[in-house]
Amino acid sequence: MHNFVEAFKFIGRNGQVPGGPHLPTLVHLTLETLKIAGIGIAIALVIAIPVGVWLGHVHRGSFVAINLGNIWRSLPSLAVLAIGVAVLGIGLGNVELALVVLAVPPIITNGYVAIDGIDADIVDAARGMGLTGREILLKVELPLGIPLIFAGIRTAALFVVSTTTIAALTGYSGSLGDIINNETSYRLSGVLGAAICIALLALVVEFSLAGVQRVLTPRGVKLAAGDDFGVSIAPVVTEPA
Amino acid sequence: MLLLAAGPVIPTFGGGGSSFSCERANRLFCPSWVSHNWGSVLWPALRQHVELTLIAVAIGFVISTTLALIAYRRRWLERPVLVVTSILYTIPSLALFELLEPVPGLGLSRTTAEIALVSYTLLIMFRNTLTGLREVPPDVRDAAAGMGMGPLQLLLRIELPLALPAIIAGLRIATVTVISLATVASLIDNEGLGAPILSAIANEVFKTELIAAGGMAVVLALMADGVLVLLQRRLTPWTRTAI
Repeated sequence: MHNFVEAFKFIGRNGQVPGGPHLPTLVHLTLETLKIAGIGIAIALVIAIPVGVWLGHVHRGSFVAINLGNIWRSLPSLAVLAIGVAVLGIGLGNVELALVVLAVPPIITNGYVAIDGIDADIVDAARGMGLTGREILLKVELPLGIPLIFAGIRTAALFVVSTTTIAALTGYSGSLGDIINNETSYRLSGVLGAAICIALLALVVEFSLAGVQRVLTPRGVKLAAGDDFGVSIAPVVTEPA
Repeated sequence: MLLLAAGPVIPTFGGGGSSFSCERANRLFCPSWVSHNWGSVLWPALRQHVELTLIAVAIGFVISTTLALIAYRRRWLERPVLVVTSILYTIPSLALFELLEPVPGLGLSRTTAEIALVSYTLLIMFRNTLTGLREVPPDVRDAAAGMGMGPLQLLLRIELPLALPAIIAGLRIATVTVISLATVASLIDNEGLGAPILSAIANEVFKTELIAAGGMAVVLALMADGVLVLLQRRLTPWTRTAI
């Protein structure tokens, strides 16, 4: 228990070890972690949302969209980072590439499933009312698809935050993972403190995105789904079975 | 963004002598290193990785199936189990391994690694099994009860077989998740395919080892996924036409 008490003291000292040299502060490392993860998820969103949503809108490419998700789950993040280091060398480029590679597939798969699975009658009704394809996508399909689209984004975000910290193991310095990778400077209490921060960061990211999802979800969809705030973490199973 | 390694790096791993020129130059991939170190480094790491995975998935399967079966009968249990397992699932692996390490009796051991790995399987398998059981059509259940089946017979002969596709789908996700996270577990117990990756990083970023071990982890996960798909088709032949 002593170690955990020390860990919270370490957090209270903003990541400094008494008697040691001045180290990057916890606040700084947390913001850096968020920045690296944020860039990765932003690039992934720009690539994956249009692709997934478009494939779902035209009801094509189900094989690619579904299997991409299955293959993604098979990619160990440390292995992707390691191969990236070998090819690109240690640096932000390799980390961001790994983040994008890991974040794109779940967003595409969920985007596809979200739009493709919308009740055909609803789309027909919208078309009967005279909506164009574009309007159907923006006013009908996207709002109805929000819950599943967001499930994909949240899965990806979780993966990205986790992988950002793992990047420290492959030599990239500048995230909270640094502390865990450097027990000699930070001691066990520092490592524990960093682990607590990482766990909290992931939970905060998860709940923030859940909050954004809640705001974006149309009221009608919320009522139909039975508002289930917070418990819907984790991957949506998009198995054909 | 492309960063090239600054100058040639001489890894200490490949041994000396002119026959190791590829390793000395730290080229992208040296097949000779792989064949020399297969028996001493890569194969043992692969075997340990499979062991770690099988143990974690087996224990996780037993725990989550038991919880799902109880929650199937006692609905109130569903929410607390989902909340706890969701939180466990959300904690990044690196953090969870480190949080378990100082717990008395755990330390840097395989037990620590397995506890963390098991905790990542629970949410997925619990939710899939429970959903699978709930989605058994009421008509089928009624018909079975009408034929005189008791609750246990109903469970074993009707509900579980019909839930099997969902159960195996959960098993599949849990297995590849564990294979992925077991690479990070090397930080704690220094075994599995993560161990050569970490040692290659420490060893002047020795590229061949990174690519070999990383590639093996990816292939292992893909193969495990494929094997479980085949298993699912084998066990549930009636779903085959549904694709």
